Amino acid sequence: MPIEICRIDDRLIHGQVVVGWGQPLDVKFIVLVDDEVATSDWEQELYRLGVSPGMDVYFETVASAADRFAALAADGRVGLLLTKDIETMERLVARVPAIRTINLGGLHARAGRRPKLRYVFLSPEEEQGLRALAARGITITAQDVPATRPIPIDDLLAEPRTP
Amino acid sequence: MSDTPDSIAPRALVAGHGDFAIGVVSAVDQITGRGGVLLPLSNRGLGADEIVRVLREAVISNDTQVIFTDLPAGSWTIAARRVQRERPDLVVVTGANLPALLDFVFQTDCSASVAARHSADKGRGALAVLGGGTGSGGAD
Repeated sequence: MPIEICRIDDRLIHGQVVVGWGQPLDVKFIVLVDDEVATSDWEQELYRLGVSPGMDVYFETVASAADRFAALAADGRVGLLLTKDIETMERLVARVPAIRTINLGGLHARAGRRPKLRYVFLSPEEEQGLRALAARGITITAQDVPATRPIPIDDLLAEPRTP
Repeated sequence: MSDTPDSIAPRALVAGHGDFAIGVVSAVDQITGRGGVLLPLSNRGLGADEIVRVLREAVISNDTQVIFTDLPAGSWTIAARRVQRERPDLVVVTGANLPALLDFVFQTDCSASVAARHSADKGRGALAVLGGGTGSGGAD
């Protein structure tokens, strides 16, 4: 079973990931790709507390995730990969061409971002980053939880859009 | 919120997904008139950094020692642990439910942290499964 979902979500490990996706897909491991978290024992302990019993969490830098991706993808269990922003996913994809689909799960409001969906707010630079990923032939859809309709990237970036 | 008693100040935060906190605090108020003891917070539309900021400000502005969260694996709990790192005296209770919160609002003669621990025991003990035969999923 490959890594089922490669998700961009600024909350990283939280309810939608562990319960919303984790339970219906029977996710058994999460690969959290973040250079800062991967070098902080405290951050790792914090996120490890958030997962269900029986679910493994692997904390990776972009470089180590790229090195381990093939092995993780060959794991017999269902996995889910997370980055907290588009830039991290861009760096990972540049080293891991095997990533062909990306789930945009949550990028919330902050200065410089414009609303696209109730759970997706993007800066012009982030929009450009998504377009660059799409230009690689990667399928990108926005979808916070499995029960909602996936929004294709072209629709998401079309103007105007009401959140 | 109930008007009586009108001198109640928030003694704990209730942080939940969607309208969970607003709903459960409303239920506490309907049952006891003491909903004002609890300040509900929602994470709707907030990113991780914003959740921490909102929680930190609520703790400071209300001089709160207790945070109830709904989901142990949720973003509020992650945020609460971050704030707790700055304020080690904070007590975080995860998996909060109505019985726990009802117990908390009546624990007025002890510290908020003691009340929180007592309420956690109450909430844990309130979970029960009644009836339903053997629960095997087939014809009972």
